[in-house]
Amino acid sequence: MKTLRFMCPNGHLGFAPIKKESFYLGVETQPDFILADSGSDDIGPGPLGMDTSTSPLEWQRHDLELMLLAARKLGVPMIIGSAGDTGTNSRVDLYVEIIKDLAKKHGMSKFKIGYFYSEVSKEFLKKKIEAGQTVEGLDNRPALTIEELEATDRIVAMAGVHPYIKLLDLGAEVIIGGRSSDCAIFAGPAIRAGFPEDLSYYLGKVLECASFCAEPYGGKETVIGEISMEDVKITAMHPNQRCTVASVAGHAMYERSNPYDEYVAGGRLDMSNCRYEQIDPKTTRITGPTFHPAKEFRVKLEGSGKVGERFIGLAGVRDPYTIAHIDQVIDWAREQVRERFGEEGYELYYNVFGRNGVMGDLEPLKDKPGHELCVVVQGVAPSKEMAEEVCMIGTRQMFYARLPEVKGTAGGVSFIVDEVLAATPAYRWTINHTVALDDPLELFSTHLTEAGA
Amino acid sequence: MTARLSQLAKTIRSKNAGVDKITFDIIFPEKAVYERVKASGAISRESIAKLYGIGLDRISDFVNFDPACAIKFTIYRTRPSGSPGDGDIFGAQQYAPLLDLEVPVEK
Repeated sequence: MKTLRFMCPNGHLGFAPIKKESFYLGVETQPDFILADSGSDDIGPGPLGMDTSTSPLEWQRHDLELMLLAARKLGVPMIIGSAGDTGTNSRVDLYVEIIKDLAKKHGMSKFKIGYFYSEVSKEFLKKKIEAGQTVEGLDNRPALTIEELEATDRIVAMAGVHPYIKLLDLGAEVIIGGRSSDCAIFAGPAIRAGFPEDLSYYLGKVLECASFCAEPYGGKETVIGEISMEDVKITAMHPNQRCTVASVAGHAMYERSNPYDEYVAGGRLDMSNCRYEQIDPKTTRITGPTFHPAKEFRVKLEGSGKVGERFIGLAGVRDPYTIAHIDQVIDWAREQVRERFGEEGYELYYNVFGRNGVMGDLEPLKDKPGHELCVVVQGVAPSKEMAEEVCMIGTRQMFYARLPEVKGTAGGVSFIVDEVLAATPAYRWTINHTVALDDPLELFSTHLTEAGA
Repeated sequence: MTARLSQLAKTIRSKNAGVDKITFDIIFPEKAVYERVKASGAISRESIAKLYGIGLDRISDFVNFDPACAIKFTIYRTRPSGSPGDGDIFGAQQYAPLLDLEVPVEK
């Protein structure tokens, strides 16, 4: 009976390097595809807004080199989705260039690179909205407004399987994808090979984070998924890891609101009837997922908009009386910023670590601060000069806060540096929406180029 | 008698589920423990809302996930992940209050 084997060495290529031991053990088993997702919206809105990656170029190069050498040696397709964390056009171009450089460096013979873009112009969405189409909000967000669209700097749409299938049809041997549904990277080639959508999407779902579906916990290790007409089998490659019923079923929960549904461009994967069986110590077999195609083809959009330039200040507090009155200290500093800049036109944030700096309003122990606190101050403003000044007043003035009964009157906080530090500009997620498309490839233009000689 | 959730579960974690939600997974080492905790009712929409000091409307999902011996719930953020002022871009440290949740258990 025909099966295909998909090898995934990393769940977020570039974020931390692939571990080599299990990678080479996987390569030895001669998989039919080598694939990895490189994207995430976990990294916050900054990289998308600024059009950068979160990690050093060398880490990305490292993983691409390992994968390319193995894939060309085996003569199997290598597929990367959501290139460079965000899947923007510049990240796709960057990865295509890296592949070309690597082909040259290793004297590889000629091969075809397929790539596609995922960026969406504001004009495209504006026309949709003006034509009366709703760009629907996800997770309780209201429909996209023109104002929110105007506040956005960069938008990507999440591709489904379609551009991957098209590029394979065109003979691509390496594919660099723009922003994509994680599981589409794997489901595309499986569907193209004739396997049921039910199992193909599940294959992608379980493989997308590599060894996160294995136990014991350990990231960046290789796993292999095998698809047949009846089932998916998932095997851990690291000598100490196993794919167990618990680890594979548990992975269905990871990073999603509920463990039964996975939405992709064009439908929903329903995992509520999945059955899991341990068939050998390192392998779990899964049957029973079902894919429900959507009536209307909608894709998810991610958009990021700049809030302003940003500086960060740090202030420590040890005096118990000051700790007990830390909100008054902050109020004093805020008031000094207000005196200088007024009420509006900037943003000023205080995270009080040692009290509720991590959890904010969700912290149950807000009234039980530690014996020392670190206050992280963020000043955000239209220009760097103003952001620096907002942050500096907001930090420095904590030193001069006027508490009625404080004993230490020579300085209310401690400083590690007595300046404030330039940070990346502040962005926010302006778009977490879906839009209907007339054609699944409408927003995802596909291209072919060559590498090697 | 009671036990702390951290003594009963093998994994207690939180992580973003998209940019507007944080999801929590409480995974038990074996079915018996999972069933006992589930039956105790100590972990419910109501108890979670109380623990985190939030309204029930901030809990988007609450699922007893039998195949993984896990209890899972998801809450809405008040601002999207990574907005200025957010103390936890990945949502990865929001589970801590669950560790000490008291669960009634038989002797």
